[in-house]
Amino acid sequence: MKTDELIAALAADTEAKSRPIASTVWIAAAAGAVVAALIFYFDIGFRPDLSAAIETPRFLFKYVLTLSLLVSAMGLVLHLARPGAVPTAWLMALAVPPALLVLATIVELLVVPASDWSQRLVGSNAFVCLVLIPSLSAVPLIALIFALRQGAPTHPVLAGAAAGLAAAGIGATLYATHCQDDSPLFLLTWYAIAIAIVTLAGAILGQRFLRW
Amino acid sequence: MAQLNREEEWAALMRAAIDGDEASYRRLLESLSHSLRAATRRGFAQAGAALNDVEDVVQETLLAIHLKRHTWNSDQPLGPWVRAIARHKLIDALRRRGRRTEVPIEAVLDFLAAEEPRSDLDRQDAARLVNGLRGRQHVIVRAISIEGQSIREVADRMGMNEGAVRVALHRGLKALAAMHREGHEE
Repeated sequence: MKTDELIAALAADTEAKSRPIASTVWIAAAAGAVVAALIFYFDIGFRPDLSAAIETPRFLFKYVLTLSLLVSAMGLVLHLARPGAVPTAWLMALAVPPALLVLATIVELLVVPASDWSQRLVGSNAFVCLVLIPSLSAVPLIALIFALRQGAPTHPVLAGAAAGLAAAGIGATLYATHCQDDSPLFLLTWYAIAIAIVTLAGAILGQRFLRW
Repeated sequence: MAQLNREEEWAALMRAAIDGDEASYRRLLESLSHSLRAATRRGFAQAGAALNDVEDVVQETLLAIHLKRHTWNSDQPLGPWVRAIARHKLIDALRRRGRRTEVPIEAVLDFLAAEEPRSDLDRQDAARLVNGLRGRQHVIVRAISIEGQSIREVADRMGMNEGAVRVALHRGLKALAAMHREGHEE
């Protein structure tokens, strides 16, 4: 086939009226979040002392952390779904959640006596955290990978990792409502490991499925 | 300046194309193919790759531009988006051919501005790819590209409705893009 002939076929293909990639990514994230929320509601559930916890700064900080992760990672995913350079501004925005966490940890170390540090770090259900955050992130991650396949990511591994971070943002936000460990020391250890697992999974999926 | 005008023209043509203007789309793809040919030839030459399958890469890039056009944000200029896709496909093509990819690709792609006059050497026939398609997709893609028929003519000839022909054409083009990708993997 000569190039002119290919062009004739491309011009005739008016079927290619896909929706803009940003809508696809948003729909995937929303659908993934809804499924994860249903799994959370029916299989995991809220912590029993939720109403009391809502009034404590440590509990609320968990949402500051997970939602800032979700927002910055989604910004990155939306940009990486299109061909082009890596958006440095969004990459830098991704440093906000860890920076907040480090600050919160410093405050925690100042206000909590050293004898309590290790108990706060180990928490009460570290293993559950490592299992449930990745479990709740799985459906959002798969949905985002499918959405990115509709896109044209010129950095597939990074796009996959960003999808992993966004999915972990959804999973961790939901899990935070169940988890009774609110200390930044716990977040810095176990949430971070759980989020890293999901991010790594995203990078591997990106490497495998986001080439085009 | 000339490049800026060209890119504005490209963007205008793409907007018209997205609104369903087939003639504008054809003009856009033709204009892009000249620039892509120049850029790809230069990229291959700098990397020391043989020039005889430059046209393969031009076609693969055009297919990608077509199938991924919904990733262009119509508020943005079209040039950087085209260059990003062209760069991606060029690096990929050179890598598949076992070439180092540290060639100054950015410099190469500035030549998206330059028009390469078509020469016979560029007009390699890549019929083998179309022949890799199966069944209706093969017949339909072949009829519309190589035989130059319209959707309606193909529909009448095959006793299908036009919608079904369009769907088969679209799937055929997607399959063609996948074959470009896989055809070179060792």
